[in-house]
Amino acid sequence: MTEPETEAASRGRLVLRRLLRQRLATVGFITVLLLFIAAYLSPFVGAWQYNELDINAFLTAPAGNHWFGTTQNGFDMFALTMRGMQKSLIIGLLGALLSTTLAAVVGAFSGYFAGALNTILLTLIDLLLVLPSFLIIAILSPTFRGKTWLIFVLLLAAFQWMITARIVRGMTLSLKEREFVQAARFMGVPGWRIIFRHILPNMSSLLIIDATVNVSSLILAEVGLSFFGFGVQPPDVSLGTLIGNYAGAALTYPWEFYFPAGFLVVLVLAINLVGDGLRDAFDPNAGIQAG
Amino acid sequence: MSAGTAVPLLDVKNLSVTFTTDAGPVTAVRSLSYQVQPGEILGIVGESGSGKTVSSLAIMELLPQTARVSGSVRFQGEELVGRSDKELSTIRGRKISMIFQDPLSALTPVYTVGDQIEEAILVHADHGGPGGQGGGSISRKAAKERAIDLLALVGIPNPRQRATAFPHEFSGGMRQRAMIAMAIANNPDLIIADEPTTALDVTIQAQILDVLRTAKQATGAAIILITHDLGVIAGFADRVAVMYAGKLVEAANVDDLFSRARMPYTLGLLGSIPRLDVGARQPLTPIEGNPPSLVDLPAGCPFVPRCPMRIDTCTDREPELQPLMASGDDHASACHRSDEIERLDMKSADVFRAPDLPALSTLSTLSTGSTPNEVPREQRKILLEVRDLVKEYPLTRGAILRRRIGTVHAVDGISFDIREGETLGLVGESGCGKTTTIIEILNLTRPSSGTIVVLGKDTATMTGAERFAIRRDLQVVFQDPMASLDPRLPIGDILAEPMHAHGVSPADRADRVRDLLRLVGLQPEHANRYPQAFSGGQRQRIGIARALALQPKVLVLDEPVSALDVSIRAGVINLLEHLKTALGLSYLFVAHDLSVVRHIADRVAVMYLGRIVEIGDVNEVFDRPAHPYTQALLSAIPLPDPRKERQRRRIVLQGDLPSPANPPSGCRFRTRCQKFAHELDDAARQRCTDESPALEDRTGSRDRLDACHYATQHSVL
Repeated sequence: MTEPETEAASRGRLVLRRLLRQRLATVGFITVLLLFIAAYLSPFVGAWQYNELDINAFLTAPAGNHWFGTTQNGFDMFALTMRGMQKSLIIGLLGALLSTTLAAVVGAFSGYFAGALNTILLTLIDLLLVLPSFLIIAILSPTFRGKTWLIFVLLLAAFQWMITARIVRGMTLSLKEREFVQAARFMGVPGWRIIFRHILPNMSSLLIIDATVNVSSLILAEVGLSFFGFGVQPPDVSLGTLIGNYAGAALTYPWEFYFPAGFLVVLVLAINLVGDGLRDAFDPNAGIQAG
Repeated sequence: MSAGTAVPLLDVKNLSVTFTTDAGPVTAVRSLSYQVQPGEILGIVGESGSGKTVSSLAIMELLPQTARVSGSVRFQGEELVGRSDKELSTIRGRKISMIFQDPLSALTPVYTVGDQIEEAILVHADHGGPGGQGGGSISRKAAKERAIDLLALVGIPNPRQRATAFPHEFSGGMRQRAMIAMAIANNPDLIIADEPTTALDVTIQAQILDVLRTAKQATGAAIILITHDLGVIAGFADRVAVMYAGKLVEAANVDDLFSRARMPYTLGLLGSIPRLDVGARQPLTPIEGNPPSLVDLPAGCPFVPRCPMRIDTCTDREPELQPLMASGDDHASACHRSDEIERLDMKSADVFRAPDLPALSTLSTLSTGSTPNEVPREQRKILLEVRDLVKEYPLTRGAILRRRIGTVHAVDGISFDIREGETLGLVGESGCGKTTTIIEILNLTRPSSGTIVVLGKDTATMTGAERFAIRRDLQVVFQDPMASLDPRLPIGDILAEPMHAHGVSPADRADRVRDLLRLVGLQPEHANRYPQAFSGGQRQRIGIARALALQPKVLVLDEPVSALDVSIRAGVINLLEHLKTALGLSYLFVAHDLSVVRHIADRVAVMYLGRIVEIGDVNEVFDRPAHPYTQALLSAIPLPDPRKERQRRRIVLQGDLPSPANPPSGCRFRTRCQKFAHELDDAARQRCTDESPALEDRTGSRDRLDACHYATQHSVL
């Protein structure tokens, strides 16, 4: 006879268990996974590649082997959308992850450690806040031209995190006065570990919401920059550039707009479901039923 | 005003209050019946969640819309339940008035105190003058004068000037006085006081209870006093009603209840409070378990799971509140076995037994092998030594150009030491600097002045590595069990955290977490639950377990039981005592509750405004206090014994604690000192004003120092 659950599960295991117990979060997670698979496997499945022209089909509605229709140049809309999603998934997910992590770390360290570190980090946040990000990226753009577009993800994230960092800093200031943080301090737990074990988990709701919002806003922010010739460049596409280019066609040739836009909506919704699930899994008050 | 003896002032019959919540209907009050005669003081006692506040709000019909009230409340023969808000407004504040627990939120911050009392008078002026002195409205000017008279009545100095002050300019005690002034403004017939002194310090509590007595004399009103403090009830009430899980479980006159309680819950409550007036350590008898959830109460008696006297009938049928056979109509109890208890005249200790805690030998990872020593104090090792510790905070003004406008002398030169295996109680009212002292000790940094030596190492010269090593031996338990555990971390991780920080291997950690949970009386299976799955008492046990994880030598306990309900408190105190002897710990026990300190401490240090005024053996200090402040503090604490309460002469201190930014010259206590005010001549007073008394032995006792030029021992209990 073994006692049930005498083995104490650590927080990581508990959170995972609680996450998997939520159906909607699982749905969201599977959707994101399916989008990834679709984006990366479609070149092998679809009849056309994103950079192939079909000179027999300009602006045709979805039919035959052009599942999503074609553009006025004869590009296959399905191939374009999938290619765009490859880029946007990475830009959105990686960018949001980077920017929220940066915000959490900088904000929490600046709030927790008073003194020089706080002053330096705070100055950095304020400096980046007043710098026109658009201009900086435009100036830096020639330097990176021709190199991997992943640098672009870094740059986008680098200008996204400051406001969240200030909120995180404020919350840290109040959390660090709480008794459980003091208790950890008096036990001899080092500051960085207190931040990662106590302070950040206690604002996980904020961080998760911030990250999910960032996914969509980064995908759309990329549009504006691509327009100025930086980031994803033609003939390569992203969901952002597709939506930007074909927004005008929404009423006349709807397939050009609604397919990329629809996938963006599905992606953002799925990310939100995962985010909600994650938030509830972290929050012991959420009342997730056992079993 | 005698309306005849037949009609009680307030007649509550079968009052039930149900709230609709997401979890289902919560019946907070279940068929409550009681009567209040004119001029009588009824005390309602109960733990949090017992429905005592809800029932009184129901009388005033002040509950939110989601509450369903049924039953009958007749006030002076008139039915109140079901009346419209408008009709009730003519009664509220004029015939029935209410005093709330938190005087800060009960006063509007944007109006002056005088204006608010004036409003209370004017708003009822149209319904006939106060006290029925004939009809007609009262002029603004007259109302203002009356407000000033009322402030004078409740003991506010310079009432004319203070009436123009805003609530934030008043101290907590003065705000409560102002609330009482407002409550009696219209000569009410009934005053409902809901925990009127819970948020206040004991010396202020004594003042406020005095004011309430004055108010009662001035108006002749009956009072319903709602509290969890049996001591306050014992000294103040005529009759007592005990509530549990929304129901009245026992009602009796005050002497009967305290000497001949007939319901196991009441007996348990009485047995679980440590007594200030009992020197030898009396065993506390905690009530096991927790109050039931009010959603889906089982059919039987709600106290069954915690009752050691339960029989099968108890789970089947809930007992009615019935008069006892021998005691007659005056004493009623809701228990199937009351008559048996009465026949055998059972006391708390007969019903409840202190629980057995696990022997340490069964918990292999924790046993230290050390045994409690019987070596005399002088020969034992000093574990913690504080010498002339000073902590000052600058007072600054301005956001950009900060300039220093003063200094808060939070701790001003205190010295004490703790030897192996002993408990030092550090007591004092809020603002006396006790928390600052322990934070200074726990920080293990160089203090602004003075020295702190922990386990032979001076904090001023400590290296970082030494400091880290010392933390192993110096641990802390905080006051608020809700705030001191990370809500986002499972219990197992919380307990493992100190071990993780100090490099205990994961396998040992898991073993020790299990043992720690058993040690404090919880189940090892609890390790992967989050803190909110536990009640306050259980959480405090977890806090204690965490502090013990590294097998420390000294434990700093910051008010470890003051946030807990009475019946839970005893269990935690017993646990602390058990751990101390079993593990050979030393405690620095910070508290404002002197009864708890008397129960648990070996030595006690009394602080006032950043200084220690008296320190010494706990029985010595409590039985024969030498400093006037210690005497006043001890005399202010109500005893849970009505007979003793009536015989005691109380020293009521004047005024509030002076600001630590601007302490009085010479002896800091002189502004409130009863000795300074009444016993000393001018020359003697001059010395108090000029010369700060040193902490030294003036009484020739074995182990006791005091800081009063004119210390004389004087028993106050």
